Amino acid sequence: MKQTPLYQLHTNAGAKMGAFAGYDMPLFYPLGVMKEHVHTRTQAGLFDISHMVHVELSGQQAANLVEKLCPYHASQQTVATARYTYMLNENGGIIDDLIVTRLGETRFLIVANAGCAEKDVAHIKANAESFDCTVTIIPRGFLALQGPKAASVLQAHFNVDDMAFLDIAEPKDGWFLARSGYTGEDGFEIGMPEADCAVFAQKLLDDDAVEWIGLGARDSLRLEAGLPLYGQDLSEDIYPHEAGLVWAIPKDLRTGGPYNGADALAEKIAEGRTRMRVALLPQGRPVRAGVELKNSDGDTIGTVTSGGFGPTVDGPIALALVNVDAAKDPIFADMRGKQIPVERVKPPFVPHSYKR
Amino acid sequence: MSKIYFTDEHEWLSVDGDVATVGITNHAQEQLGDLVFVELPDVGTTLEQGDDGIVVESVKAASDVYAPASGEVVEVNGKLDEEPALVNAAAEGDGWLYKMKLSNADELEELMDAAGYKELIS
Repeated sequence: MKQTPLYQLHTNAGAKMGAFAGYDMPLFYPLGVMKEHVHTRTQAGLFDISHMVHVELSGQQAANLVEKLCPYHASQQTVATARYTYMLNENGGIIDDLIVTRLGETRFLIVANAGCAEKDVAHIKANAESFDCTVTIIPRGFLALQGPKAASVLQAHFNVDDMAFLDIAEPKDGWFLARSGYTGEDGFEIGMPEADCAVFAQKLLDDDAVEWIGLGARDSLRLEAGLPLYGQDLSEDIYPHEAGLVWAIPKDLRTGGPYNGADALAEKIAEGRTRMRVALLPQGRPVRAGVELKNSDGDTIGTVTSGGFGPTVDGPIALALVNVDAAKDPIFADMRGKQIPVERVKPPFVPHSYKR
Repeated sequence: MSKIYFTDEHEWLSVDGDVATVGITNHAQEQLGDLVFVELPDVGTTLEQGDDGIVVESVKAASDVYAPASGEVVEVNGKLDEEPALVNAAAEGDGWLYKMKLSNADELEELMDAAGYKELIS
């Protein structure tokens, strides 16, 4: 199993480690998932996200390659900004969701999910063959600092006051800094040479406002923020309009474009969706991914894709894919034959506090 | 005088006469992390050794708790409805799950004592 550059810091901190996407990662620390979650929402949480993959695209046609891979106008993207998008297969299904940053006129950075690293890199390289663009995987230590005190903590190291949500900077050679994250909170993601990572993480931890946060709370935080997780809420068989992610595609590209899967997706959007992603409050007990959802007649109308407990909501929360024609009627989660009522709500479960 | 047994599924039983108090071990609660929900059996349910149906849920995951012996459930720990975290605070004490009237005391012979369990988790 692979280790991140911070492995020793995690074990020194008393983390319970577990396998995730081929890495031995911290699941939770002695503070525990519940307090780690609340700490991130009230102060600043530090996450090791070095398992994510950084791919740099560089060359005269870098923007054109991004426009082939992802459904947006990369050539019009402002330099030093990041954007949420995804790569599509030929059917319009989602290969992976990503953050794509324009580092310069001819340089882009793709940050992709650890679990998709291999297929993403293969897909990007295969597409790059038709463009004047080189594809380089950048080994990096990668940290996320999230929460209402993240900016004041980081200000001691970098000038981040003028950065808004999805602004980026390259403060030093080999370093990368974005005002972004996946918790719903204001915060930053900081990439750096692997050799610098442990020292910098320790500097952040020296601030009383900062605590280590493991993958357990990372999941409950993103779920409360209503953010989908690839491999659970998203897959190659789920299309952007079903997942509620068409907002990430500019209007003129929803009917066609230069990107992979454009025609197939345009056709599917025109036909209309039969299932849709919804946010649910299960009543009384958590329901987990894979649990079937039923209507009052007992017919199966969907499946839970992510489910758990929201410490800030102080109750069970879930994301699910349900049939569009059943989404407005009462929904029940089938727990071994017991029907648990679930209330449909508008996501997110906890409001986002991004700095706009 | 009660006697305490452990299973390799990380449950404990404290046996007093023919009634056993059942819980998960301290080691198990450490592995699971903060519990947010405990699904207990109904009083009167008959369990066979190895039955699932009891679930403890942490923030992230649900885990089955298997019946460590056969018998009838005679009492459940009602405090856990309001305060599942009691299992984290006192897994082998106030955080017990349920009590059962044992139907086959011979099953206890297959279980471990405290020393045996300590060796298992070391």
